[in-house]
Amino acid sequence: MNISDAILSIITFLPLAGAALLLFVPARDEAGANTVRWIALVVTSITFVLSLWLWAMFDPANPGFQFVENHEWIGSSIGYRMGVDGISVLFVVLTAFLMPAVVVSSWGVTERVREYMLVFLVLETLMLGVFATLDLAMFYVFFEGSLIPMFLIIGIWGGKRRIQASYKFFFYTFVGSVLMLLGIMYMYWQAGTLDIRALLAFSFAPEAQFWLWIAFFASFAVKMPMWPFHRWLPEAHVEAPTAGSVILAAILLKLGGYGFIRFSLAMFPDASLTFQPFVFTLSVAAIIITSVIALVQTDIKKLIAYSSVAHMGFVTMGIFAGNVMGVQGAVFQMLSHGIVSAALFLSVGVIYDRMHTREIAAYGGLVERMPRYAFVFMVFTMANVGLPGTSGFVGEFLTMIAVFQVNTWAAFFAAFGVILSAAYALWLYRRVIYGALTKDSLKGILDLDRREIAVMVPLVLLTILFGFYPAPILDATAASIDLLVTNFANATGAVAPVAVAAH
Amino acid sequence: MESDLTSFAALAPALPEVVLAIGALVLLLAGVLFSKDRYEGVAIAAVVLLVAVLGLVVFQPNVGQVFNGGFIEDAFSRYMKALVLGASALALVLSFNSARENGLNKFEFSILILLATLGMMMMVSANDLMSVYVGLELQSLSLYVIAAMRRDSAKATEAGLKYFVLGALSSGMLLYGASLIYGFTGHTQLDLIVGTIAEGERSVGLIFGMVFLLAGVAFKISAVPFHMWTPDVYEGAPTPVTAFFAAAPKVAAMALLIRLVTVSFGPITGDWQQIVIFLSIASMVLAAFAAIGQNNLKRLIAYSSIGHVGFALVGLSSGTETGVEGVAIYMAIYLTMTVGLFACILSLRTETGHVETITELAGLARTRPFAAGIMAVLMFSLVGLPPLAGFFAKWHVFLAAIEAQLFVLAVIGMLASAVSAFYYLRVVKTMYFDEPVIQFAPAPRELAIVMGASGFLIVTYFATVGHSLTNLAQAAAGSLF
Repeated sequence: MNISDAILSIITFLPLAGAALLLFVPARDEAGANTVRWIALVVTSITFVLSLWLWAMFDPANPGFQFVENHEWIGSSIGYRMGVDGISVLFVVLTAFLMPAVVVSSWGVTERVREYMLVFLVLETLMLGVFATLDLAMFYVFFEGSLIPMFLIIGIWGGKRRIQASYKFFFYTFVGSVLMLLGIMYMYWQAGTLDIRALLAFSFAPEAQFWLWIAFFASFAVKMPMWPFHRWLPEAHVEAPTAGSVILAAILLKLGGYGFIRFSLAMFPDASLTFQPFVFTLSVAAIIITSVIALVQTDIKKLIAYSSVAHMGFVTMGIFAGNVMGVQGAVFQMLSHGIVSAALFLSVGVIYDRMHTREIAAYGGLVERMPRYAFVFMVFTMANVGLPGTSGFVGEFLTMIAVFQVNTWAAFFAAFGVILSAAYALWLYRRVIYGALTKDSLKGILDLDRREIAVMVPLVLLTILFGFYPAPILDATAASIDLLVTNFANATGAVAPVAVAAH
Repeated sequence: MESDLTSFAALAPALPEVVLAIGALVLLLAGVLFSKDRYEGVAIAAVVLLVAVLGLVVFQPNVGQVFNGGFIEDAFSRYMKALVLGASALALVLSFNSARENGLNKFEFSILILLATLGMMMMVSANDLMSVYVGLELQSLSLYVIAAMRRDSAKATEAGLKYFVLGALSSGMLLYGASLIYGFTGHTQLDLIVGTIAEGERSVGLIFGMVFLLAGVAFKISAVPFHMWTPDVYEGAPTPVTAFFAAAPKVAAMALLIRLVTVSFGPITGDWQQIVIFLSIASMVLAAFAAIGQNNLKRLIAYSSIGHVGFALVGLSSGTETGVEGVAIYMAIYLTMTVGLFACILSLRTETGHVETITELAGLARTRPFAAGIMAVLMFSLVGLPPLAGFFAKWHVFLAAIEAQLFVLAVIGMLASAVSAFYYLRVVKTMYFDEPVIQFAPAPRELAIVMGASGFLIVTYFATVGHSLTNLAQAAAGSLF
């Protein structure tokens, strides 16, 4: 058997194998803990390299699924199926890319190191599985399975109010997902299979679509999160350890957006069209309301968490615009946000590690002691604002154009989000970095060390690279999204939108 | 054809039961005759006997009916018997280490477990209302005695008495229902009753009889509203005994219920379906809410088992082959989780006895990482989180309910499972997020093996046993339809 036939399985389960290996490493002393860290780093790095290889071998001209593995497994209902198309392949790469950074940034964790790395590796397998699987039941398994490690990450290594945060995280997502599970069962009953490729070709009755859409929405809207289902997110972000916040913002939120594209839009096109105004309303509300909320936050992490909700508003809006630019913009926005929000949380982690507080008021004038940090943080703040030349701009711009074609008012109101994001992000930057360095506690603060630079540099480069040259992402996704949108247009009977690729 | 009254060879389908019955009596004699160290020898011999009978059930299939149709051996009964025998054997193994302090170090304990298991096997294979009752009583009477075995403990005696009084009541209801059914159909044999029902119109008397019959069985599976005895008995009985109660008898009673409703009452599915749906919803919802306030581990497990019976009944509610397949899978996974859970609890001992309350588990992840890890896995699996086995159990039963278009039942069940997550997570939270207070003695080897095996099966269900278990359950369900 050729290795490329099973490349997806290898990428997905390699971290799990690493986790199993960790079980046998004694980590009682510092040397053992170091072994654990190195194993985690090596495993995640190999996974990343393999994912790059996957991307290199990926044929962007082929809109269908590639690297497909297909085996019947449990009974007639659940199969072991893997495969990626243009929509999912980059999420696999993003996940694999961020994990080594997470491991390196967690080098300073000293409490229960083995368990820490173990749950992160398990989590990586589950996240990769979500994007790589082609069986709806397996999708649910991976999607829902990620609750367990994340619950433990927040609960064990979290802050003061970690228990409440972990419970909230768990219950919001769990209640949403069980309804989706029933939807999945209904789909199996109707279509007789859970092979995603077959389900994409199957057309559900419009009434069934209506209920299925709601069931899936219940799960993805919470995961995303969309306003007003976002209540769990700020708390989870604030209480989670830095690495947990990074994974949560960068990848777990994307599971919802990916689900919206793959299932809600592609499998229930009629219902998606019916609910389009509803989604636009919630998205615009999210963009404006959570941006305003972000303005008044006193906790840095909470501010970034709310800004995540606002940015996800652009994603949902773009997805349900249902045209090529909207979906491409949404995918781009998710990938860009994956990099930028991860970087922002890592940046907060840097100063939190030094000062052990996340209060904005505790900082000020950092530029005097930490020039390198000030530069890095500025790049990510600008990307968060959506400044042209950073990756944050491309996604927002594409989704806004797309929505403008469908619903002018939605685009009009969403534009306020861009202004507000500039307000809260720049104001945060001013309060933390600029001003006079008056606080005694900050006088001895140190700039980025070598380990932190190693984590930050790739993120900075990618943020700027994709801002000026988004083609690698847009090229990879174009064919699959074209196909998806064409199918959507055919199914809903709408006029096929002009297929304008942004490049 | 050889008659099973004259030829021993014709008894082949009942061979496992015959061996077990003879073995139990021989061990009883041995226990009485040999005076020294009777407990350990008899207990080990009993485990060996159970495993041997399990081997007979699995590797010596003799499908057919004996005793004039009163006893049937088919794929379904073999599947369920394998579960029952495995659970009984493991329960005995779990009791080894703590038998002395729990007052179970009498050879009668093992004998009673053997006899109870024999009764359960009869229940699983019973094809006649008479043999149903005989099997049920053999099981119940043994269980009553086991519950009250620790005579000097007020709690255990109370548990035994409660169990006996309510159990006797349920037996009475079951008998009353059986007599009505006999009166209105003229048969006691299950596969003949169905013929009469299919021919004639459904009389009120028959429905009446069925309701009483199902109520009687509902007591045994402890479905709400016939569940009241469960928390008290689980709490009062010594922990190794609870481990036995929570596993094997549930499976046997569930098997009996499945055979009753699918074989005899197939033509009036709509009528019994309502009852099962009610039992299911009531069990899931009540257990989900009632367990939240519990701090006693055994009471928590009692409510959890009530809830899981509710979930299993979701599958049966559909009245279809897929549904029965789902219940069969559910019971197997439920058994694995229960046995593993009790192995964990029994392995956590201090000078004063087993761990009793959830609070005592605080910080277990630091003091006993292995036990805490297994227990956390089991808790997540009981919640029904993928990729653990508990998820696949729920998957099969709810899939059947959706296919039978029982949407309301499915939605209520799913929401109940979300509520129930709360109390399972509390255990995880206590073990992992809190600081340790109590030091526990190290786990005995046999318990560690059981815990490890159970945890392994639960975690790797999808990759290892899932495929073959589903096929077995499919064959089992197929033999009933």
